[in-house]
Amino acid sequence: MTTDIERASECAACDETRRRFLSRLTMMLGSIVAAIVAIPCVGFLLGLRKVPRVWRTVGKLNDFQVGSTVNVAFLDSSPLPWAGVTARNAAWLRRISTTDFIAFSVNCTHLGCPVRWLPTANLFMCPCHGGVYYANGDVASGPPPRPLRRYPVRVQTDEVQILASPVPITTEKI
Amino acid sequence: MRFLKSIWSWFDDVTGVSSWLIPLAKHPVPHARKSAWFYVLGSATLFVFIVQIVTGIALASAYVPSAGQAYQSLTFISGTHFGSIIRGIHAFGASAMVILIGLHAIRVYLWGSYKYPRQMGWLTGVALLFLVLGMAFTGQLLRWDQTGVWSVVIAAEQAGRTPFIGHWLARFILAGDTVGGATLSRFFALHVFFIPALIFFFLGFHLYLVIRNGISEPPQVGRPVDPKTYRAWYSDLLHREGVPFWPDAAWRDAVFGLLVIGTVVVLAITVGPPALGRPPDPSIIQASPRPEWYFLWYYALLSVIPRWSETYVIILGPLLLAVVLVLLPLVAPKGERSPFKRPWAFGIVAFIVWMIAYFGTLGRLAPWSPRLNAPPLPASVVGATSGSVADGAKVFHDKGCEFCHKISGYGGIRGPDLTYAGDRMTPAQMETRIYSGATNMPSYNGNITPQQLSDLLAFLASRRRRPAPPTSANAAAK
Ligand code: FES
Repeated sequence: MTTDIERASECAACDETRRRFLSRLTMMLGSIVAAIVAIPCVGFLLGLRKVPRVWRTVGKLNDFQVGSTVNVAFLDSSPLPWAGVTARNAAWLRRISTTDFIAFSVNCTHLGCPVRWLPTANLFMCPCHGGVYYANGDVASGPPPRPLRRYPVRVQTDEVQILASPVPITTEKI
Repeated sequence: MRFLKSIWSWFDDVTGVSSWLIPLAKHPVPHARKSAWFYVLGSATLFVFIVQIVTGIALASAYVPSAGQAYQSLTFISGTHFGSIIRGIHAFGASAMVILIGLHAIRVYLWGSYKYPRQMGWLTGVALLFLVLGMAFTGQLLRWDQTGVWSVVIAAEQAGRTPFIGHWLARFILAGDTVGGATLSRFFALHVFFIPALIFFFLGFHLYLVIRNGISEPPQVGRPVDPKTYRAWYSDLLHREGVPFWPDAAWRDAVFGLLVIGTVVVLAITVGPPALGRPPDPSIIQASPRPEWYFLWYYALLSVIPRWSETYVIILGPLLLAVVLVLLPLVAPKGERSPFKRPWAFGIVAFIVWMIAYFGTLGRLAPWSPRLNAPPLPASVVGATSGSVADGAKVFHDKGCEFCHKISGYGGIRGPDLTYAGDRMTPAQMETRIYSGATNMPSYNGNITPQQLSDLLAFLASRRRRPAPPTSANAAAK
């Protein structure tokens, strides 16, 4: 024991180096531990679930009259089992001919509020800041910067299907 | 009694509690005299925060943080007697926290208490202010009714305006492509674990700084802060006329805290918790999401600023606010503290209060929102039940005019009031406007038949201060 102490006091400079080494080592080990834990956590939080888009049936061909625009609801592409009603999504669906449909996203291109179709006025109106769109989805007045987004629609044999798509973020490129 | 005493002295011996707690409680604070009641705002914020923790834990013991079931669990909680009261306390407590932390910040600002050596006290306070607002926003969301869901969408759209990372940020807020199962869990974790953890950290730091630097003395004209001499002068002041915090100052904190919490509880019992809206089903499009009062002014502000500036305000506004608040104690660490020597401080505070009050009121009214539920005009207003005027009134409703234009108290206020349109415009002028539209009015060119137009014009032309032959129905309506 005494020899140790003697040796240590003999070499103050070695002590200094040794301590600097030890404190750096401790901090490095701490950072490694932090990184080991942080990487999966941050990765998990920041990672976005990529889901393939699927076609959702919104009704039979005969359910829709040519010229009328109706609200249809359908499920997200990949609803989580606990999502409940939040997995539902809506679109404004218009039958324009015997075979063709247009589906408008319900999200206002201004800040995403759900627009409403006013059948007698032939306009979409947004309750949030009063954005108005013409029947074809073009901006008629108010703050929306661009036309209503459209969702792909198709008719499979007898069923009308909408491609369940992400909520459109206005600034995103299509 | 002797037994309890011996337990205490054993406990104190092995923990040393009294050796730091008693000096802490009795630490000297400046004798504030007439201004003493101004010092209760920070402690009241803390007390309400504790109430929020307690009621929050109570709520979390029954709330199901699942996107599909949160709404039902809240319906259940609200259905029980105490559950409804606890929800009420938590909601009014949230409002109280926002108000109190705001008042506390205003007091500290007006008194120049952010100057040397208390700059870090101010900075940790700024962090706490933003964290409390974050709690308020996420808390409103956890109500997870229709408004909660649409708030997430609107928040995502706003975040989407950020350059470069907007797209990613928007998807991150939604926790995916759409609102769904993952969305709520994320906000729950933020509201219940993440933000509170940060609050604990900054709050601990904030309180430590209060003890270390001492509570600021009431400012006096002609007594500027000089960092070189301040500490010595302050400790001398405490020596001369300091009073022990406990109980000389603490009793006021207790009285005011009781008052605040009492008010919160009484409101929770009498007014009750905020009602749950429709279920969080994004396919229900009958929704007009509105933020809580503490963000209503911001919503209104965004609605009235020129459109081109919107993105800048959304992104730079909050950023600028943070930068200004952070820079304040760094650029003005010394000099006069008294607001009477800093008159602009009064001006700035008055401006902020006016802005929140004015735009908050405007946001409640939301004149820019069409009134989509406006009923067709009653015959008493129209003044006719058949003929072109009556048909025109129907067109006025059916074509959506009424949702933005008011007539005799019916309809929206986005556009001009048309009660006396016939006095102001000729039918030709009206026709031009209807065809051309305006920035905030759609053009009806191609969207109105000649018959509808002539009926509409006949109806609008009949909107006069003195209708040609005053009918009895009209008189009754007045
Ligand atoms: S969100 Fe539709 S007008 Fe603003």
